[in-house]
Parts: sequence; structure tokens; C-alpha cells
Amino acid sequence: MQDFAQSFVLAGQLVVSGDPALAEIVALSIQVTLTALVISALIGLPLGALLAVARFPGSATLSVLANALMGLPPVVVGLLVYMMLSNAGPLGVLGLLYTPTAMIIAQAVLITPIIIALTRQVIADLNRSYAETFKSMVVPAHTAIAALIWDARFSLLTVLLAGFGRAIAEVGAVMIVGGNINHVTRVMTTAIALETSKGELALALALGFVLLLMALSVNAAVALLRQTDRSAVHV
Amino acid sequence: MTVFKSVAAGALALALLAGQAAATEDFIVVQSTTSTQNSGLLDEILPEFEAASGIDVRVVAVGTGQALKNAANGDGDVLLVHAKPAEEKFVADGFGVQRFDVMYNDFVIVGPQDDPAGIRGLGDAPAALAKISQSAAPFASRGDDSGTHKKEQALWNLARVDPAASSGNWYRETGSGMGAILNTASAMNAYTMTDRATWLAFNNKGNLEILTEGDDRLFNQYGVILVNPDKHANVKADLGQTFIDWLTGADGQKAIAGFKVNGEQLFFPNAVSQTN
Repeated sequence: MQDFAQSFVLAGQLVVSGDPALAEIVALSIQVTLTALVISALIGLPLGALLAVARFPGSATLSVLANALMGLPPVVVGLLVYMMLSNAGPLGVLGLLYTPTAMIIAQAVLITPIIIALTRQVIADLNRSYAETFKSMVVPAHTAIAALIWDARFSLLTVLLAGFGRAIAEVGAVMIVGGNINHVTRVMTTAIALETSKGELALALALGFVLLLMALSVNAAVALLRQTDRSAVHV
Repeated sequence: MTVFKSVAAGALALALLAGQAAATEDFIVVQSTTSTQNSGLLDEILPEFEAASGIDVRVVAVGTGQALKNAANGDGDVLLVHAKPAEEKFVADGFGVQRFDVMYNDFVIVGPQDDPAGIRGLGDAPAALAKISQSAAPFASRGDDSGTHKKEQALWNLARVDPAASSGNWYRETGSGMGAILNTASAMNAYTMTDRATWLAFNNKGNLEILTEGDDRLFNQYGVILVNPDKHANVKADLGQTFIDWLTGADGQKAIAGFKVNGEQLFFPNAVSQTN
């Protein structure tokens, strides 16, 4: 297939030329997914840690639920959010359908269970070696949770990256609630789907390479951050 | 450690910034079909309207079935689709104000060059479909309740063939958009029915070519409807009507006629002339 070689060349040209249309789509993709990730982290990290440390009525059920919801299909999330935000739905008055905000909501719904479930596991593992100390020093629960999250931060970064990867790569949810509107809600994945349906396979794959490059950059940045942070601790 | 904290703070600040609404300008949402977008028509003509009116047009391109459903939910101001009976029902049910003809083109039946069903040159679309079913050559159907799908079903009816009985065998319902089904048909060397505009603009034809065309029953009429503001108060009736007036008026009709791919005109304006 000559399409592969052509796509590589095309991807290179797209990146080097700094095509403004592509830059806009890339920027929106990152903005939407990072915002969704921050929201999911604010909810998922504390809740996951709480589930790992505390036992309360329904905590076991919540854990199982979070684990199960990791397999939530994006298109179902999209449909649910669409039905909530549609003008015929309960939240229609907000006028959020076909906006980036709607896409942020959908992606946050999609990845929050992932953050909760993985955080719970990471913190539970760490807590096994900390629990005795906390008990003997009579540390209050919220202080213990904060300490656990901080000490597990490197593992939790990987948790966040898993959420980021899931959100930036999905197309089913943002297509339905965003509508793939040019200059408004078009992101990398919906643009790839559009070019594929135009039969522009080489361009679609080139956009795929650019998306991969974005994910690589984010992961490389995190790896760098990790290293800087580790060496700062050792000084 | 400080690096870690400052990055976290930066991410939070970014998120808060992102939450702020984009520039507030006049815009309408148009629920339309994949054929108008995949062919490139809307990308070509909308900037002209936007420059003239200052109204931003946001197009959601889905199958006609989904577009009708979304518009009935009030998730759009204007509907631009191609399934006349369904559009008339939409207006009759009170979801739309009035339906106007905008433009037309035609459907064609495409298939593999070696043409196992022998339909090349047939001017009779139902007869061509009957031959395809007799030869049991693969036929890829949209299967998504879109305008093209509705037309295809009507033609099977005329051919007195029930393709659903052979679904999964030679009749393959893929449930996807116009461009996607052309990719599929191209990959499985299947026959399929497509609107001429998407076909001409499509860039992955592979082994496929037009085999049957020119039947009056392959006519493909597009209509435009303002979503009824009495049903949904959020509908921007004034802005939507401005767009409809432009599209069916002299300027819009000229823009449609002027849209060409490889020198070929893809859509033919036929709005009933209005005083503009």
C-alpha cells in the first residue's frame, strides 16, 4: 500500500507547515481532553482514595461499579449526555449541546470511573504498608488520604495518563454531543472520521499520526516531569 | 516537588480558562446530511452566506433519519435534508414551519468493473436491483434510515424484492454514512447506491464505477425547513429564516450552481423563485 508512505509524508508536511486549520483542531482536542481530565481527577482521585481507605455502607458496591464502568462504551456516554443536554432533555435550557463544554462533560463521564477504579487499587496497595503507622499515630482520615495520594503520585500520574489516553482517542461520544462542527467542535478523532468518509484515507491516517504524536508529547512531558521531580527530591 | 505543584496549578488554570465561553456571535445550527458535507458543498457555499449576513452556520452532518430526530428534539434551527416524504411528515407533525425545495441531483448505482450482475448501461433502476438480487452479488446498503436508504428501499419495493430476507448473505446492511459505505463497497467489491455528488467528490473509488444511472426514479430532491419555534422556544427563527431565504434566493441558488468538483456541477438549484 502506497497510502502508508503517503500518510507519513503528509503527516510530516502537516506538522511542519503549521497548517492553521490543523492547529485549531489540535488545540481544541487538547483543551477539551485536559479539562475533562482535570475534572475527572478532582472527583476521581479523592473518591478512589476514600474507597481504598475507608469502609462505609455501599463502598464495596461503589468499587465494583467503578470497575465495571471502565468498560462504558463512548457511544453510550455520548447518547446519555445528548439526551440530557438536548433541548427536549432535562438540561436543554443550558444550551450546551454542540459546544466544547458538552464534549468535556462526555469525556469526563467516560474517564472518571477509570480514575476512580485505578486510584482505588493504587492507594489500597500503598495503604497496606501505611495502615499500621497511621493507626499508631492516630492520623485523621483526610490527612492520611492526602499523604497517600502524595506518596503515590508517580503511580497516579500513570492513572491520569490512562484517562487522558482514553479521552483523547475516543470518537463516539464527542461526535454525538459535539456534532463535529467545523471551527467549533471539530477535534482530531472526528476529523479523522470525516476524512475517512470522504475517502481521503491518506489524509485521515496522516491525522492519526499527528494524534499519536500529540499523545507521545504529553507522555514524554510527564516522563520528564517525573525525572525532574525525582532528582529534586534527591538533592 | 515544586515542579509538580506548579504543573498541577497550570493545568487547573488552563481548565478554568477553557470553561469560559467562546466569542458570543450570531449563529444557527443546521441539521444536515452526510452527502452535503462529504461532497464539500457546504464548505464551499457557507462562507459566502456568513460573509454576507454575519451569521455563523454550524452544521451537524448526520443521516437524514438522525437529522430529523435531532431537529424534532429542537437541537437545531434549520433542517437541510433529502427525503421528501419524511420532510413533509415532519412539517405535518408540527415540528417544522414550512418546507422549501432547494436543489436536486440524482442517485447512481455503482459496482465493480467486472459487473457480475450485468447491470451496466441499464436505465431502469428497479430492474438493475432485481438482477443484482438474482445473481446474489454483494450489495452494500446504508441501513441507517437515511434519505439514501429510504430511496433504496423504495426502489427494492418497485423491484418486488425483499432484500432483508438475504441480509447477512449478499445484502449487507452496514449502518454507516454515505462515504463510509463507499469505502465498504470498494473494499468488498459490492454494488451500492450513492448520490452523485458524494460519488464524484469521493477519493477512494478503487474498482467501482457507475453502472446504472439516468432513471427518473433516481431523482434526489433536497429540501430546507425551519424548525418550529412554537415547539421549541430556543429556535432562532429570524436567523434561521434569513438563511433559508438566502439558500432559496438568487445568491444561494447561484452559489449552489457554482459548486464544481473536477469541473462537474454536483447540485442543481431548483428553488421556486422568490423575490429577493
